[in-house]
Amino acid sequence: MNRINKVFNKKKNLLSIYFTAGFPGINDTLKIIKELDKSQVDMIEIGLPFSDPLADGPTIQKSSEKALSNGMTTNLLFDQLKDLRKISDIPVVIMGYFNPILQYGIEKFCSNCKDVGIDGLIIPDLPADIFKKNYKIIFEKYKLNMMFLITPQTSNERINLIDDLSKGFIYMVSSYSVTGAKDSFDKYQIEYFKRIKKLNLSNPLLIGFGISNKKTFQAACQNSNGAIIGSAYIKYIENHGVSKTQDFIKLIKD
Amino acid sequence: MKNFNVNKDGFYGDFGGAFIPEMLFPNIDELQKNYIKISESKEFKKEFNQLLHDYVGRPTPLYYAKRLSEKFKTKIYLKREDLCHTGAHKINNTIGQILLAKKLGKKRIIAETGAGQHGVATATVCALMGVECVIYMGEVDISRQAPNVARMKMLGAKVRPATSGSKTLKDATNEAIRDWISNPVDTHYIIGSVVGPHPYPDMVARFQSVIGYETKKQLLKFENTENPTHVIACVGGGSNAAGLFYPFLNNKNVNIVCVEAAGKGVHSGESAATSILGTEGIIHGSKTLLMQTKDGQITEPYSISAGLDYPGIGPMHANLFRSKRGEFISIDDSDAMKWGLILSQMEGIIPAIETSHAFAVLDKMKFGKNDIIIFNCSGRGDKDLDTYINYFKL
Repeated sequence: MNRINKVFNKKKNLLSIYFTAGFPGINDTLKIIKELDKSQVDMIEIGLPFSDPLADGPTIQKSSEKALSNGMTTNLLFDQLKDLRKISDIPVVIMGYFNPILQYGIEKFCSNCKDVGIDGLIIPDLPADIFKKNYKIIFEKYKLNMMFLITPQTSNERINLIDDLSKGFIYMVSSYSVTGAKDSFDKYQIEYFKRIKKLNLSNPLLIGFGISNKKTFQAACQNSNGAIIGSAYIKYIENHGVSKTQDFIKLIKD
Repeated sequence: MKNFNVNKDGFYGDFGGAFIPEMLFPNIDELQKNYIKISESKEFKKEFNQLLHDYVGRPTPLYYAKRLSEKFKTKIYLKREDLCHTGAHKINNTIGQILLAKKLGKKRIIAETGAGQHGVATATVCALMGVECVIYMGEVDISRQAPNVARMKMLGAKVRPATSGSKTLKDATNEAIRDWISNPVDTHYIIGSVVGPHPYPDMVARFQSVIGYETKKQLLKFENTENPTHVIACVGGGSNAAGLFYPFLNNKNVNIVCVEAAGKGVHSGESAATSILGTEGIIHGSKTLLMQTKDGQITEPYSISAGLDYPGIGPMHANLFRSKRGEFISIDDSDAMKWGLILSQMEGIIPAIETSHAFAVLDKMKFGKNDIIIFNCSGRGDKDLDTYINYFKL
């Protein structure tokens, strides 16, 4: 069992934090991971920056642009992560668009992930069906968990396919939206969370997109196994610095 | 016989498919399941053809270019898409897609635009149908294509600037996709070229194929054959080329020539010659050839013609290139501009700069006296007057 499955077995109301590798500073990757470790978050998602992040809102777009102009590359990220498991035991997932992974070489990418101790991958523009047909074998060879997204529009039939293919958790997109912080959920979102909860899927659920504060985090936790925060954290460290990470996590968790 | 059209999975050889975030799955799935059924229905065809005839002004003429033919000692025909309403072939596709969107019950239209031609063609059909219209356009393009921005506004469209990345066509496309993610139920996204996730490349090619089918019919009257020896068109994303080539894709006796923009020279660092500079990857949901860094970051192309500076080409064209079914030629800014002037002064037709690129192959390729060459005269030059004025100090 890998770190992702273990943490879901052990804990409820998980908090997973996303950050863009290479932002705010090119060498902040391990600093951020150390801070998140100290803050006792339950999972970390490292965003591999991409020039054209289709599913992301302005905050992650800007952080990706900055990271790329800082000089972040796939090779550099793996180099920075080589001591990852000396500093933290938290499950770590890489979230990246498919094209940079394809150019790096899928097999080489997976092999490097395994070597540095990455537990899984989220590739938002690699659809479940194409993954199953063409790439599943490679990811499984390196024991990487693949996590897929569902949205309020995803049919139950497709959710079942995604549940079969996902190993670790299902990433439940909170609304019709790209990533970005929002203040609260409306009644339609809550209904959708409840509908999915009732499906009794084999994977746990993490809610992402639009989680920004204690209120949205708690609402998400009531209807799932936890939540993912990205844009709100990126904004926070941009304004207050990476060293204030613990303060941000306290705002969410305490 | 090898098939150069799309297969049932949405691929052209190695290229195509639908590499989309899950948020877009229901929309793309809906289109995949319905686009052929709807667009091949009797009712749809009747409405589509009627509008192409009454509103767009089709059929566009096939014109025998006498002076050019004499000069190059061959037979040169121009398919006059520049005479379409709104000044380019783009409207064939927007008419098709707005009818499709209505059949699917969509209430709102979004589109991306680079030079503004597709934006104008989309705003036009939205006005025609009384549908809300939002056009995404890169901030940089908005400032360099002011007349088309004004046209879109006059037609009632909202023009929203794309302020991310390089602030040009690819970023406008990203913004349109993000809008669609946020408005998946009531909105249809009219993509302007044969790019994007399946079924867009095939759907747009089908709506543009009227160009090729008309050409066949018209050529029969001139030459007693439906088949030319060469079909030639400029390729940015590739929609005017796809439309002309469509009926000839699997006819090996017809040579296919794709003309790309070399910008300031293929290896100058400022070029849009994707077949030479591009590598296989994924852009806007489609596996195709695109210009990118070795790390897979998409790079910004350059051409003097705003309609050709897209960092990818459609998957149909990527397959024509890889399979060698099509010949690819790149034309730099100065040759394209020169041919804008030649066509104006030899045939009395001021072409769009995109279109000028295609004609410049007359200096690069040898043709025989019995060859029958069809150029897609895809757009007129009004929108480019400023560029022509500055370039030639007119």
